[in-house]
Amino acid sequence: MSEYFVIGLDIGSATAKAVLIDNEGKKIASSIRPTAGRLLQSAETVKREVMEQAKVNEELVKAIITTGYGRDIIPDKTKSITEITCHARGAHETEPTIRFVIDIGGQDSKTILLDIDGQVNRFEMNDKCAAGTGRFLEVMARTLGIHLDEMGEMAVKSDKTSRISSTCTVFAESEVISLLAQGEEIPAIVSGLCRAVSERVQGLAARVGVVPPIMMTGGVAKNKGVVNWLSKILKHELIVPEEPQIIGALGAAIMGLELINKNNDSIQKITQSK
Amino acid sequence: MSKRVPIRATAQMKQLMGFYYMMAKTAENDPEQKIAWITSGGPVEILHAAGVIPIYPENVAAMSGTMKIADEICAVAEDNGFSRDLCSYARTDIGSVLSGKGPLMGTPSPKPDFLVCCNNICGTVTKWYEELQRIYNVPLIYIDAPFQYGIKDRPEAIDYIESQLKQMIEQVGEITGKPIAWDKFIETLELSDRAVKLWREIQDLLQHKPAPMNSFDTFIHLAPIVTLRGTQGCIEYYETLKAEMLERIEQGIGTLEHEEYRLGWDNLAIWYKIKFLADRFSQHNAALVVSTYTRNFCYQTEDRDISKPLRAMAGDYMAGYINHGLDFREKELYQMVQNFSLDGLVMHSNRSCRAYSFGQYELAQTMEEKYGVPVLIIEADQNDTRMWSDEQVGNRIDAFMERVAAKKK
Repeated sequence: MSEYFVIGLDIGSATAKAVLIDNEGKKIASSIRPTAGRLLQSAETVKREVMEQAKVNEELVKAIITTGYGRDIIPDKTKSITEITCHARGAHETEPTIRFVIDIGGQDSKTILLDIDGQVNRFEMNDKCAAGTGRFLEVMARTLGIHLDEMGEMAVKSDKTSRISSTCTVFAESEVISLLAQGEEIPAIVSGLCRAVSERVQGLAARVGVVPPIMMTGGVAKNKGVVNWLSKILKHELIVPEEPQIIGALGAAIMGLELINKNNDSIQKITQSK
Repeated sequence: MSKRVPIRATAQMKQLMGFYYMMAKTAENDPEQKIAWITSGGPVEILHAAGVIPIYPENVAAMSGTMKIADEICAVAEDNGFSRDLCSYARTDIGSVLSGKGPLMGTPSPKPDFLVCCNNICGTVTKWYEELQRIYNVPLIYIDAPFQYGIKDRPEAIDYIESQLKQMIEQVGEITGKPIAWDKFIETLELSDRAVKLWREIQDLLQHKPAPMNSFDTFIHLAPIVTLRGTQGCIEYYETLKAEMLERIEQGIGTLEHEEYRLGWDNLAIWYKIKFLADRFSQHNAALVVSTYTRNFCYQTEDRDISKPLRAMAGDYMAGYINHGLDFREKELYQMVQNFSLDGLVMHSNRSCRAYSFGQYELAQTMEEKYGVPVLIIEADQNDTRMWSDEQVGNRIDAFMERVAAKKK
């Protein structure tokens, strides 16, 4: 068994994610829970869950790196790092050739250009608006009376795509209601919504300048409808990792490990010089 | 963090500005004392030479922003049909006029006897001042400064402005009933010239590491050069400030305990968030040491001939950063990066100021790709707090600083 472990905690607006890695950077356990407004509690839950899964007690956890919207409120953190840097690091770790990351989470969407060595070059985030985020799809799923998880499959299967002209979540909702009133079929509307999100995110991608290969992360990456539309609009294939939601937490954990190694190096240097 | 050493001169500036506004408010009831409202890039020397008190609606609006009363004043303008997309300075000013509320002990700027508008800062001022003219029914003097697309200013444009300045001198004389004496005008120009040079020298002192003050300080110490250039008081103030900066440099006084990163700022200040921004950047040991905004008030044409004062003045009034196209802006930004040893640039994409914000994405890309300078773009507004979010901007600053730090390693 590994000498010690590192936990990455990604406390987002919709979900809390934890990843536990060993001292070689191998992922041992992960957990995802909805935050439901209780950031601290859900952070504690996912942290406990990864430790239980890995059968690791607290003494063996050498660092906890937090990221995401709630990163600064976690009391026992070693360090907090923004989700931009963590997603870039996580994507690079998962697939070292990645040059571009599109992350669509609950409340924000971001696009990040990576240097060849995985460092963040440029980034963009959505601005004061929920259009083009997971929350947009959540609101629409509720309006349509369907499950968020069904949307992707539904969109992919539909051969028709409704035109959703508004990018505002509130106005798009009334547009959806009027489409329903006109007798439009739900799958076509869902496909239209996935396209609307993708078009919105395309703007963020273009500002940064797309360089393939592209990885898509965050909860919305599980929606095949959005992935398909985005790939069509950007004219590039998107690589979606097995667990797109935990990439930020994974990046955080990896950076925690690097921090420990760096500290060890400097301790070693100090002892050697003595 | 060690305690910041406050700048002593600030108290003197508050006194200077307080006296100036008190004098202006008193003059409101004195029919002999003329008051003119003028745009921040307007040729104020002519007013000072004529003994007219200049009032800067932009400066007064910024005061409302700093005092966090701009939102409610803007709302009055919006209730009266002015679009929320209009510049928030214009909305703050017009709202202030319409509501009778303002930052000068709760009241708006003293009423104008005439208006002076120069479009070297933007096109919005044209319509804004026409609106003021309709409200107050007073003369409006308009100076049209052609936008310069190239790096070098066009001589025929200078001719054009020079002829307008000549005309303005006559117009002001007619309005006040006393023609402006040429000697007095030349004396005012010399005073203005000295103040402008001092302001540039003070800002250049921030090239020193650690910088003796930061851009958030210069935003505040900008007030006299905008409103009082051409007066003795302005020079005295900046001489005091300069001496204090030299003293701070000698004693190694900076604004952070450890100045690790140096950044430049582009566009107007975000008046209601100065403290938030200063704190957030200082958490990352980053000091903002130069801004295109405060430097905009000390541009002079290169081959300036002071033996032809009116022509030199005409050149200066089109020499500003925001009266120029992207090639000029690129050159200036890169010079700032080199002279001030910058690790990155922060661009405020200002919803109110299109003339300033236009082209920032293009410039950012050039700075990144051609010169390898990291750029952060913050979307906000100079006065309208509704365009702001602590969480989002804070997050972007943190991510940007992580990137700057990784690059510097």
